[in-house]
Amino acid sequence: MSYLALALTWLNDPLNWSGPDGVVALTVEHLTMSFLAVLLAAVVALPIGIGLGHSGRAARVGTATVMTTNVSRALPTFALLTIFASTGIGFGDRPTVLAAAVFALPVVLATAYSGIRGVDVDVRDAARGMGMSGRRVLMQVEIPLAGPMIAAGLRTAAVQVVATIPLAALVGGGGLGRIVVEGFGTQQYGQVIAGGALVAGLCLVVEGVLAVGQRVLTPRAVRSLHAG
Amino acid sequence: MTAEPPANPWLSWTYVQDNAAEISRYLVQHASLTVQATVVALLIAVPLAAIAHLRPRLAGLVLGTSGILYTIPSLALFALVYPYLRDRRTTVLTGLVLYALLLIIRNTLVGLQGVDPDVRDAARGLGYGRWRLLLTVELPNALPSVMTGLRLASASTVALVTVGVVIGYGGLGQLMFRGFSSGYHAQIMTATLLCLVLALVLDVVLALIGRLLTPWARSALAP
Repeated sequence: MSYLALALTWLNDPLNWSGPDGVVALTVEHLTMSFLAVLLAAVVALPIGIGLGHSGRAARVGTATVMTTNVSRALPTFALLTIFASTGIGFGDRPTVLAAAVFALPVVLATAYSGIRGVDVDVRDAARGMGMSGRRVLMQVEIPLAGPMIAAGLRTAAVQVVATIPLAALVGGGGLGRIVVEGFGTQQYGQVIAGGALVAGLCLVVEGVLAVGQRVLTPRAVRSLHAG
Repeated sequence: MTAEPPANPWLSWTYVQDNAAEISRYLVQHASLTVQATVVALLIAVPLAAIAHLRPRLAGLVLGTSGILYTIPSLALFALVYPYLRDRRTTVLTGLVLYALLLIIRNTLVGLQGVDPDVRDAARGLGYGRWRLLLTVELPNALPSVMTGLRLASASTVALVTVGVVIGYGGLGQLMFRGFSSGYHAQIMTATLLCLVLALVLDVVLALIGRLLTPWARSALAP
């Protein structure tokens, strides 16, 4: 109980919210880092995933991709963070963004691949039969139909990244994790709980906003296709 | 980068030899945390999945709650739990169990729902009650799916243990953290590789257990 009260006191102190190390600044930093990481992962993974899915000859590569996704599960983000942070890539936010991007990559790649692969063969054939070139099939048929799946992959990746970034605080990076790590360091458990609640809240909010956004942005026709 | 300081290789057998005792202590801590968390999660998840299966109305609640718990970052969870439990090992275990739950529940439920309706009908026709059907027909049929969930859970648990560093109980993560603080590359890399090896070993063991538990699947695959 007393910890909860301490946490509330901490959250109620305006000094904790403003300034370069305040909650607001840290949240902005947190979201900026997350955005950069997802962007980086998308720029690298989307073309590869879509290309592999489109060429179709790469079934074995696809299997390898899915396997890599599973193996990457066991590689601790924390390991990658410490490795990146102790190489020439530098301290602070850069290694964090890279590590988070590396973790988002397989998710984006795998969903892009299976989204394109999952397009109905008949639809693809019909587009071909209408005289569409491979490029047009990709741009006007496959990508739009795979859209919701690709978006879902990006959403999963984004939530995962937002949840991963707090670890950066352990290796000297920024973001909301700082509040928790600092609290543990100084044994201010009220601050620890406040920080934990803020991080958890941010993740739930991001998840919710993206879920709503995805629903709004999906065209009605496609939405009903995926409803079942 | 200025002039190269003394050699600081990522892979160093000397490091492993000189610190074998410490490394194995953390490895044991890491492995025991992973195994314990996965087993506890299994014991909680399967009954929950069974309940969700028997009462479909509860399925949304069970999956939703474990889904929300899964969204909360481990760092935040440790932060919220530790001040109350005041025990490092229990805190880390609690977090690990909560995260493993969703993976196992989801897969068990998929397995239970995927049981061939004909098989279910046949058992019903033989006069099986709801519970007997669940325990002797549906659960055994769902075993491969449960094992898949268990393997996913064990792999991600191995990775999650390292986050325990935040409260000073992170298994091999402690080595990574110390290696980071002192700039000792070999320490980080050794701990990282051991994590991967541990995950691989657990995966192979679980795959073997899965094979032993489902002899029918094997004979069906044989030519």
